[in-house]
Amino acid sequence: MKIVKIIAIVLLVAFVGIQFIPTTRNQSDTVPSTDFMLVNNVPETIQKKLQVSCYDCHSNNTQYPWYNKIQPVAWFLEDHIKEGKAELNFNEWDSLSSRRKASKLRSIIKQIENGEMPLDSYTLIHSEATFTEAEAEELINFITQLKDSL
Amino acid sequence: MSIAAMLLLAVSFTNAQEKEKMNHDHGDMKMDHSKMMNKNSDAKAEAILSDYFNLKDALVADDTKKAAQAGTKLVATLKAFDTDSYSKENQEELEDIIEDAVEHAEHISESAIDHQREHFKTLSKDITDMVAITGTKSTLYEQFCPMYDKGSAWLSTSKEVKNPYYGSRMLKCGKVQKTIQ
Repeated sequence: MKIVKIIAIVLLVAFVGIQFIPTTRNQSDTVPSTDFMLVNNVPETIQKKLQVSCYDCHSNNTQYPWYNKIQPVAWFLEDHIKEGKAELNFNEWDSLSSRRKASKLRSIIKQIENGEMPLDSYTLIHSEATFTEAEAEELINFITQLKDSL
Repeated sequence: MSIAAMLLLAVSFTNAQEKEKMNHDHGDMKMDHSKMMNKNSDAKAEAILSDYFNLKDALVADDTKKAAQAGTKLVATLKAFDTDSYSKENQEELEDIIEDAVEHAEHISESAIDHQREHFKTLSKDITDMVAITGTKSTLYEQFCPMYDKGSAWLSTSKEVKNPYYGSRMLKCGKVQKTIQ
């Protein structure tokens, strides 16, 4: 019984302690001229969907949920966003070569087709980020067109 | 007399045209040849090809683990590639190719087989474009499977088709669409 108490106290102290460790926040007021939406003629419905479903982790600006300041959630988010941006940053789209663009577009199509993106851990909280079959089809058609026009 | 002269003129004119065309062709051929000559010596491109073929063979054998290992090796050989000896234009192109290929090889090194095959498709395009610039000392066969992802190509050192996109499920699907030498 005593041991349980000690463990509980240690965990509590650790939990409080990690709250003081700072994380970098992914936020920016400006949208660079290389942004995917700015350089491509993206239909409005798709723009909205990309913003809601992708831009939180694949751009320089995240719409953070209220609990993002609580550790270890903040770490988890920070990590995901870092990884997401390294794979694809929509804000920097036009700085990619045609070859890189084609690669990224192909990956987008595959990820949506296979239901791998958005991540389950993301749609769990952001249910609006999930793609309906029709939305997925619309996006895939658009991205395919874009890829073929490169 | 004047008719004969005109005929002669006409004949010599067409001859000259033909000759020019031939010269032109010949010029192209010569250029290609010299391109291949100076690039035949690129050992680093050969190392990339060798890792690419190990990866392809692992996918043919449905061996995810080996494919992942080959992917890891390929990342290293790609990063070790040196573009210095190429023209400025080719350097840019090669750097672009390498950057793209590295990404695909990285994904292959950490994915399940379906994913590995998806990335192998784009990787194959990158490597094919690389060989078009660097050349190679061996004869390569560009093979094509019309079924995988609306048609997908890959490179092989052997004429015989062994499909890396399907492995044992459809080993023989595909044909040689181009010989590269």
